[in-house]
Amino acid sequence: MEPLDVELDEGELELPADPMHLNMGPSHPAMHGTVRIVLELSGETIVKADVQIGYLHRGFEKMCERGTWAQVFPYVDRLNYVSPMLNNVGYALAVEKLCGLSVPERCQWYRMALGELARISDHLTCDGAMAMELGAFTPFLWFVKAREMVWDILEEETGARLTHSFGRIGGMAKPPSQDFKATCVAALNKILELVEEGERMLLKNRIFIDRLENVGTISRADAVALGWSGPCLRATGVPYDIRKAHPYLKYDEVDFDVPVGTKGDTLDRFLVRLGEIRQSKRIIEQSLERMPDDGPVNCDAAGVVLPEKAGVYTTIEATIQHFKLIMEGAKVPAGEAYSYTEGGNGELGYYLVSDGSGTPYRVRIRPPCFQITGGLQKLIEGRMLSDIVPTFGSLNMIGGECDH
Amino acid sequence: MGDVTRSLTLDGSEQGFATTRTDALLGWARKYSLFAYPFVTACCGMEFMALTSPRFDLARFGAEAPRFSPRQSDLLWVVGTISQRQGPVLKRVYEQMMDPKYVMAFGTCASSGGFYDNYTTVPGIDKIIPTDVYIPGCPPRPEAVLDGLMLLQDKIARNERRPGVVKPRFDPVQDAHGLVQLRRSATDARDLLPELKEREANADREP
Amino acid sequence: MSQIVLDMLKERFGAAILETHSQVGDDTAVVEPSQWKAVCAFLRSDPALDFDMPIDLCGVDYPNRVPRTEVVMHLYSISKGHRVRLKARVGDEDMDGAEIDSVTSIWAGMNWLEREVFDMSGVRFRGHPDLRRILMYPEFVGHPLQKTYAADRTQPLIPYRTEDEAGMPIQKIEPFGPDEGMPFGRARILPAEEN
Repeated sequence: MEPLDVELDEGELELPADPMHLNMGPSHPAMHGTVRIVLELSGETIVKADVQIGYLHRGFEKMCERGTWAQVFPYVDRLNYVSPMLNNVGYALAVEKLCGLSVPERCQWYRMALGELARISDHLTCDGAMAMELGAFTPFLWFVKAREMVWDILEEETGARLTHSFGRIGGMAKPPSQDFKATCVAALNKILELVEEGERMLLKNRIFIDRLENVGTISRADAVALGWSGPCLRATGVPYDIRKAHPYLKYDEVDFDVPVGTKGDTLDRFLVRLGEIRQSKRIIEQSLERMPDDGPVNCDAAGVVLPEKAGVYTTIEATIQHFKLIMEGAKVPAGEAYSYTEGGNGELGYYLVSDGSGTPYRVRIRPPCFQITGGLQKLIEGRMLSDIVPTFGSLNMIGGECDH
Repeated sequence: MGDVTRSLTLDGSEQGFATTRTDALLGWARKYSLFAYPFVTACCGMEFMALTSPRFDLARFGAEAPRFSPRQSDLLWVVGTISQRQGPVLKRVYEQMMDPKYVMAFGTCASSGGFYDNYTTVPGIDKIIPTDVYIPGCPPRPEAVLDGLMLLQDKIARNERRPGVVKPRFDPVQDAHGLVQLRRSATDARDLLPELKEREANADREP
Repeated sequence: MSQIVLDMLKERFGAAILETHSQVGDDTAVVEPSQWKAVCAFLRSDPALDFDMPIDLCGVDYPNRVPRTEVVMHLYSISKGHRVRLKARVGDEDMDGAEIDSVTSIWAGMNWLEREVFDMSGVRFRGHPDLRRILMYPEFVGHPLQKTYAADRTQPLIPYRTEDEAGMPIQKIEPFGPDEGMPFGRARILPAEEN
């Protein structure tokens, strides 16, 4: 062995080193959706990252071409499966745009209330899971408890906790139930209490803040060029919210704010979502106040809306109408339309092409988190391995939507 | 005195007293301490999260602890749709687990492909790996999943490897009394209509 | 919506804008494929238009006409609040010549969208930095969203287990037929394919 005090050149001590290739595989606890990130690491620092999606590609667009317009609703539910009601409403609005229909007022308020409940559930899941991955198990359980309350209301209304398939072209499947308003208001107060408890637990914790602050930062111009929208874009400081910029349903008649961040880092995205839960609560309370207690929920168009069952069993016209709508589908006029709403992750768009028959010719979903996940590579390159977890969690990539 | 071992064997068992009791002990230990590998892909994952929540509480079954390494787990929860691209990944994870290992197909997509009958979905994970319990539902209610878990625990206790399917607790066809039942044969009809029975009895008596 | 976009396009590009319409309020312009990139660059850079956000890019297959595939792009301007839809028709019956310029250098968000159009509809993008499949696996042959691709034609990566291996029947029960027994009333673009 050489003595330790021999003079050695810097270059002679260099050992040959290759970057390490690590595969954060499609089955990984920190991967919210199922995504594969192939990393080239130099120590803990990520030199190159390749984000590979498509592990949950379920052929949504191809399946839509094999049924009728109304048979798309169950598929649409499973796109953004943490806020299925928003997908339902978005698709129903798209088909109604192509048909030139507008739903009655009661239905508009109802859609808003259910949609905002779904948005609350989405943000609770995202923030809760993000906290859990950073080691905070308790706020995750509190947020899931709050989410259970939302799901209880939705179960009472639609019959299912998660995949409701409740929207219909021209209205909703059923009118609101008797206790909807009262249970909603009571539950919302409890949900807010739980969110506040979770915030108290997390936002005063030095370690939590350090792991989120200045991690995964993106500039406004980059985010817009990537096509980001929703909470991720608002965290960078761009106040673009479709509910304010291009209101649909009755969003221009309710009073709510849009939380906007400043730096575009993970902490901002986390806080923007928590802020949006409060705004959704305001929207729901106002919608419930203004929703009429009686009146039709479906519009009057015989070409798209199913008739009353009593009529179907007794009159021939209703039987034939029912038969034609189920077997052949609603005949949507030929043409194309692009309709967009504010989904849980941003601009949820549907581009529909109709050839005039009851089967869709093409249903294209514009998934908000597809664009957002496209920016992930830029966010993590140059950062450390453990920064991937909060960054990816804050983007809220929902596999069903991203891979459609 | 006779042969102590033979007189104390349990029904159907060929081994002696000590071995059968060991099996029962191992089965009991395994079923209440399942280390789960949650292979979560899709919407059913939301119900899986709800399962671990305090309301449905997977912890009381001893199956809460998720081990994110297949080498350290013995129960593979396949939660959600498995696409063709995901197939090799699932097979690899399954092959890395050590015996005894069990597989739960959580949800309709994992059991049979669901309504995704297309170019990209594997029609049920049993096309790739052997499955022990199928839990239908889209997504299944957490109570149904707990039923499936209890079914699996039963199977582990009895060392039974035949697959099982979770049935609904309340089967409206069999259990509801207000519903009209399908009459599959004239015999059933005769049972339901007493006058018909009487008429037939009278017909037999006449010359 | 706002006619200004379509007017400015027609004024600047003249014959390259093949047709325009504003059905149900969506301003649409069909563009000559060779001018695709020029049109996009104009829309991005002109201060009156300022289309800074790429919304969507998708392919729609019309196998009964030539050119076959329509590439549809949606754009939005955050500052002006207006939208536009651009379409270009490429490709003949066998998808020869289904190529168009990539606009990834104009909007970074188009990178993944163009990969998806390539994967699903088979349109190639000239000048794309990394044109490979995004939703399907690399071993997949064909482009699923083309109407000539049968929806239930699978290409498994690992062979399915057989009944002998499993010890019990595991093949799925065949559905009634290509349309689950209800073929009438549904528009059939092409005859059913054999698996």
